[in-house]
Amino acid sequence: MAKLNRRNFLKLAGGSTGLALTGCASSPTPKATKKAGPAKVVVVGGGFGGASAAKYLKKFDPSIQVTLIEYNKTFTTCPGSNWVLGGLRDIDSITHSYDALINKYGINVIHDWVSAIDVDGKNVRLASGSKVEYDRLILSPGIDFRYDTIEGYTANDVNMVPHAWKAGSQTTVLRNQIASMRDGGVFVIAPPPNPFRCPPGPYERVSLIANYFKKHKPKSKILILDAKPKFSKQKLFVKGWKDLYGYGTDKSMIEFVAAPDGKVSKVDVKSKTAYAGPLEEAVKADVLNVVPAQKAGELAHAAGLTDKSGWCPVNHHTWESKVAPFVHVIGDSAIQAPLPKSGYAANSEAKICAAAVASMLAGKDPEPHVPSWVNTCYSLVGPQYGISVAMVYNLTKEGKVGKVKGSGGLTPMDGNRQLEALYAENWLLNISNDTWADG
Amino acid sequence: MMKHRTLLATALLVAAASLQPLMADHDSGRTIGLTCFGCHGADGVSLGAVPSMKGMSEEHVRTAMTDFKSGKRSGTIMNRIAKGYTDDQIKALAKFVAGL
Repeated sequence: MAKLNRRNFLKLAGGSTGLALTGCASSPTPKATKKAGPAKVVVVGGGFGGASAAKYLKKFDPSIQVTLIEYNKTFTTCPGSNWVLGGLRDIDSITHSYDALINKYGINVIHDWVSAIDVDGKNVRLASGSKVEYDRLILSPGIDFRYDTIEGYTANDVNMVPHAWKAGSQTTVLRNQIASMRDGGVFVIAPPPNPFRCPPGPYERVSLIANYFKKHKPKSKILILDAKPKFSKQKLFVKGWKDLYGYGTDKSMIEFVAAPDGKVSKVDVKSKTAYAGPLEEAVKADVLNVVPAQKAGELAHAAGLTDKSGWCPVNHHTWESKVAPFVHVIGDSAIQAPLPKSGYAANSEAKICAAAVASMLAGKDPEPHVPSWVNTCYSLVGPQYGISVAMVYNLTKEGKVGKVKGSGGLTPMDGNRQLEALYAENWLLNISNDTWADG
Repeated sequence: MMKHRTLLATALLVAAASLQPLMADHDSGRTIGLTCFGCHGADGVSLGAVPSMKGMSEEHVRTAMTDFKSGKRSGTIMNRIAKGYTDDQIKALAKFVAGL
């Protein structure tokens, strides 16, 4: 009986003698039946979603064998990367190792690529050739780019025209371009259409590059060529740009061109020219930052977990894929609206998913019975000027994530910007420590 | 490259580690409380200006959340957050926080 694995069990349970054979007749569903030996969970992706899921699985049930697979030896957070671009801090301050997850939590961390996921065999194959088996798999593969949406821009062009929408070497490439730009140059950013990672991100980036230009290259300009007609926290950003960077006056450092006129359809990488609007008007940049439309991380596509939207449909109670059993998808790759694609949301989803997975592996119904999520995103408009958006979410009667009516919203127009700037910095420290445990 | 064999070693290590299993407590207080750690710090211990939750009494949390919710007390973000919870959820949260 001890050798009976779950695949066999599921086959047996389908037959009329299944329950009698297993001796687990009291379990509510075959899926939730506990099997002998320590449970194995493999987590793929070491960002806010994956690292948090691995850590919280261990907190919920230390007996679970947790393996975290992440190619990179360190993780540089997208939150805070705009602060690096604006010269407010060093990239090391937003870079985390996996040492604490290994040493404090006993998580087995493997730095490798996942080359295939065998959903039927319940194992993950690595580029190195080895195979890791799981009882449940949690994927948090982040985002990838839809390079096909902008003519002339490919994955090979990112060192000339960075996206800097995955932090790390891309952040450094863009920072160096901005730092070496002539005074009087033009920084052009082309934010993506919805949905995308970190909705306020492009506008915080603009703000902090404006702050840098104001001090070091005051004749320079910033042009936003946007694929959207409007953007996250727009009123607050616009007020901040008026307060700090002369927005709306003839001396404004920042100019915003909304879709359709701002939508970039084509790029000439060599001359750093973007072509925007229905007439494909050419805009020459000194530094060009193109953030393409996005989709679930490549791994999710390769594993066949995405639907026609390019993202992964999941059950929001357990974050189990609607396509593949025993596979959970959290973070940016999941269809999670109205939760945004943010680090905070991924961390919050990871806790609910980990709790559900731990319960199910223990042969119980998924806990918690009443899930709850929060998203809190701070943005700096200037070093002393912080704004935020927050929301509380619950599970609706339809079993989907929904906003709790009356909760959340934006910083009030007369809110305390200085205190929120302080909280923004501390927010990043605290959520990073909640995720990588290295604070 | 780590070997699979380390999985076993990991299991033994964990058995010996002084981790506090949270499995026993499935109430909504824990579920809500864990969502707070993103801002207020892992296990309720903040590393900076945002107040730590650890060390707050049940009464303190209940009063603070109730007052943030009603607007009697004003904060930067907490008024917006507190409005997301029922009085029962606030009670459960307060109990969880007091136990940190």
